[in-house]
Amino acid sequence: MDAFIDFFSFQDPNVRLVVLGMLFISLSSSLVGSFAFLQKKSLVGDAVAHSLLPGIAIAFMLSGSKNPWVLILGALISGWISILIMDYLTKRSKIKTDTSIALVLSVMFGLGILLLTHIQHSDFGNQSGLDKFLFGKAASLTLIDIQAFGLVTLIIVALVGVFYREFKLLSFNYEFAQAIGMPVKALSFLMNTLLVLAITTGIQAVGVVLMAALLIAPAAAAKIWTYSLSKMILIAMGFALFSSLIGSFISYTYVNMPTGPWIVVILTFFTVMSLLFAPKRGVFSRMKRQRENSLKINTENILKALYHLEEGKEEFFEWHKLDKILEKRAFNKVTLTNSLKQLSRKNWIVLGEQKVKLSKAGELEARRVVRLHRLWEMYLTKRMNFKSDHIHSNAETIEHIITPEIERELILELGAPKIDPHSSKIPYAD
Amino acid sequence: MSEETFDLALEVHNLTVSYNRKPVLWDIDFSLPQGKLIGIVGPNGSGKTTLLKTIMGLLDPDSGYVEIKGEPMEKVRNQISYVPQRESVDWDFPADVMDVVKMGRYQKSNILKRLSQDDKRIAIESLEKVDLLEFSKRQIGELSGGQQQRVFIARALAQQGDIYLMDEPFVGVDAATEDAILQLLVEMKSKGKTVIIVHHDLQTAYEYFDWMVLLNTRLVACGPKEEVFTKEKLQEAYGGRLTVLSKIGDLISNKEFPIREKGFSEKK
Amino acid sequence: MTLTVLKYHTQTDMNDVYIISTAVLVSASCGLLGVFLVLRKMAMVGDAISHAVLPGIVLAFLFSGSRDSITVLIGAMTLGILASVLIEIIHKKARLQEDAAIGVTFTWLFALGVILITLFSRQIDLDQDCVLYGEIAYVPLDLWFLESGVNLGPRALWVAGGLFVVVLLFVSLGYKGLQITSFNEEFAVSVGLSAMVWHYLLMGMVSAVTVASFEVVGAILVVALLVGPAASAYLLSKRLPALLALTIVFGVLSSVSGYYLAKYLEGSIAGAIATMTGFWFTLSLILSKIKKPRTEVTKQGS
Repeated sequence: MDAFIDFFSFQDPNVRLVVLGMLFISLSSSLVGSFAFLQKKSLVGDAVAHSLLPGIAIAFMLSGSKNPWVLILGALISGWISILIMDYLTKRSKIKTDTSIALVLSVMFGLGILLLTHIQHSDFGNQSGLDKFLFGKAASLTLIDIQAFGLVTLIIVALVGVFYREFKLLSFNYEFAQAIGMPVKALSFLMNTLLVLAITTGIQAVGVVLMAALLIAPAAAAKIWTYSLSKMILIAMGFALFSSLIGSFISYTYVNMPTGPWIVVILTFFTVMSLLFAPKRGVFSRMKRQRENSLKINTENILKALYHLEEGKEEFFEWHKLDKILEKRAFNKVTLTNSLKQLSRKNWIVLGEQKVKLSKAGELEARRVVRLHRLWEMYLTKRMNFKSDHIHSNAETIEHIITPEIERELILELGAPKIDPHSSKIPYAD
Repeated sequence: MSEETFDLALEVHNLTVSYNRKPVLWDIDFSLPQGKLIGIVGPNGSGKTTLLKTIMGLLDPDSGYVEIKGEPMEKVRNQISYVPQRESVDWDFPADVMDVVKMGRYQKSNILKRLSQDDKRIAIESLEKVDLLEFSKRQIGELSGGQQQRVFIARALAQQGDIYLMDEPFVGVDAATEDAILQLLVEMKSKGKTVIIVHHDLQTAYEYFDWMVLLNTRLVACGPKEEVFTKEKLQEAYGGRLTVLSKIGDLISNKEFPIREKGFSEKK
Repeated sequence: MTLTVLKYHTQTDMNDVYIISTAVLVSASCGLLGVFLVLRKMAMVGDAISHAVLPGIVLAFLFSGSRDSITVLIGAMTLGILASVLIEIIHKKARLQEDAAIGVTFTWLFALGVILITLFSRQIDLDQDCVLYGEIAYVPLDLWFLESGVNLGPRALWVAGGLFVVVLLFVSLGYKGLQITSFNEEFAVSVGLSAMVWHYLLMGMVSAVTVASFEVVGAILVVALLVGPAASAYLLSKRLPALLALTIVFGVLSSVSGYYLAKYLEGSIAGAIATMTGFWFTLSLILSKIKKPRTEVTKQGS
């Protein structure tokens, strides 16, 4: 608890640095990552992250300095080279996209490791700080680092702001952008540069291997909540920021704990929760919708059964025993009970002792479903040439789906028929 | 449909199939006779390839079933020869013509064993039938479209089935190859084989086939070509969309409605 | 320069032979399986599996008390298959696009592995560096002086040898099945094969190989061995048997040249081998361009 207060009161200047650094990194990675996600280039980002390593090592070897700007320059160059190579391989050789990504990723990374270990074993002076690119050492960022991150983030946010419309079109509909004469090559060049820049800062928080998570997870988590790109980006940023703060906090409190992996674990948690719980497209929403569909189907089927029991006699609103209904259509006990409850709640039936009867409103509703069934059978027969022994089972499904709007269209198209293919009367609402 | 009695090669009952949660085939019901050249035609998106794949057992139907010579597909797999769409394969794959044709001799039962001399002989004969024997060592990526199609057909021939199912075998193929393939099919028919082809081109369909299945999400017609290829039937299949039907399809997909009610049985 | 090289050559001793042989066997095993990953366009899934096995290794290590045991192998294999199942579920059920499903799954599993290592650092002697690029890399010069180093040689060699035999058996027995499901899955299903079975068999083998390679090159650089030699051979092969054989050749070349490069630069052997896979790939690429420029492939008449 003390640690919590210590951390989040931001009194410790180290904490302030870390938090600021995390802020910048989360913003740039999730922003750039959202576009990469939409273009299905998430794994390219992974390869680029691994490819920064040799550039950093060489920059250090050539300059002898660990000035972040020098190292960023080296990273930028090797990052860019990796993008060019992947592109070349896919376009000018038999090699397919996934192989080119994996190849560039592993070779560049191997080269980076080779150079890093070479540096370690030779007399290049103090080179221990290079490790932070490999694993991320969010907990030990310096002021110079923060300045670099801040500037990079500023550049990225500014450029995305300026070219927002273009980037959006490029991501959603590349061919169209080309067709209307947008300079797609130049824009792609710009987007790639921003990608490499963002990754260069990001790997210092979470390390090379886990960088992909900073790019992909926020976008994957955010997309399912909204159809709007700007909202998606904001949500992604939110998830990224939150996760990196918690991750930093954990690493602050438990000194041995590495920051990067915790950020990734928390981010993934958000992603999974979003995929499960988001409204409309989330897994649980879909399941709920399916349950609602089932309930609708079952309740409407009961109403139909009641209607059929009374149809010939033209005397509605009589009590019917439950087993009479079960004779018409088999339900399992639980389904029947739940459906009856629902029907009663809607005041479509009146519940009695092992018996039910339709209410006025219920009769209207039952009539509607029966009408839809018979109208649909007419449609199948007249417009789709279905054979008479096929129409019933089809109508059994579709009667539950037809909306009032489609009903109107059906009546119009069929000319308000009076009887269905089985010569039963089609009951209209009078 | 015709009233003649005939030995049935294929029977499809009440088949409803969805793709991406949207129904693509509605309650399809038809029978096909043996020993004929049969074309499955219909506009784009009418479900032709879906139908073929469902017959082959590559897709699961929401309802209904398929019988081949009166049996389920599982029992008669070794009597069926299948030619998938040419674009379904990556032609950069490291294989030569003979490698692909030999695959026609692969079966579940012998997948772990080496091919026999007999298998190799059959492969050679199949290549001869499509006139590609001198190309046996050619890498498949170096072939023209027509040659690639012929390789696929040679593979199907190597399967030595009674019933051939082919998915758009004439797409992107030059005229000479098309003629050659057609001749081959006619020869197969004369030997009593049944050939069922999803065909993309209405104009040549009448010329090529004896029987036709006219499809547009639901069955429009099935029978000898003279009965199917009428103005009314073609108009029905090709003329304009069934807007109500497609709206329903969209609703089913968006609301994730079940295509068939599960676990109910109705008593009339 | 020549003198230095000679010096290294004459210093080749039994330890070098052990290390190189182990590396060669591991590259051959990875390469043979990698061929099918490349052909099935699943190179990145292979990458994912090689990261995902980490928590499995750690947990099994905790459980069994030692790093080199059957438990570790089984633990990692389970996790490798679990990872590919997870990717499928996230892609199909949660409806996330495939590349993101892969990315999210392997980063999470790898992060989990690193956290576990930190949590249990007292009970198990794995550390982050070792995980990344194998233990050999950390003490290249001292390897043959360390007591454990000398013992390490033969055991790792036996494991690598055994692994190679298993992979060879798998690929020869399963040759037709792997070939047909990689080339034309629909056709394979139509003759009664189960695409799913062959898929998971392959995934299981890749997981096993990843674990065994863990010691030589670290979990991460396994990807280089899975993909590099196979990709190089892919450019130059017309048929599958040749592709498989050539992959082994490239694997051997990468291992041997990588080892000596590492010695020369005093750097990580794993890193050097991975770098060399890139070098040989580039040569192969150039060679393939000379043989047949891609944009000018002439199609014979029909």
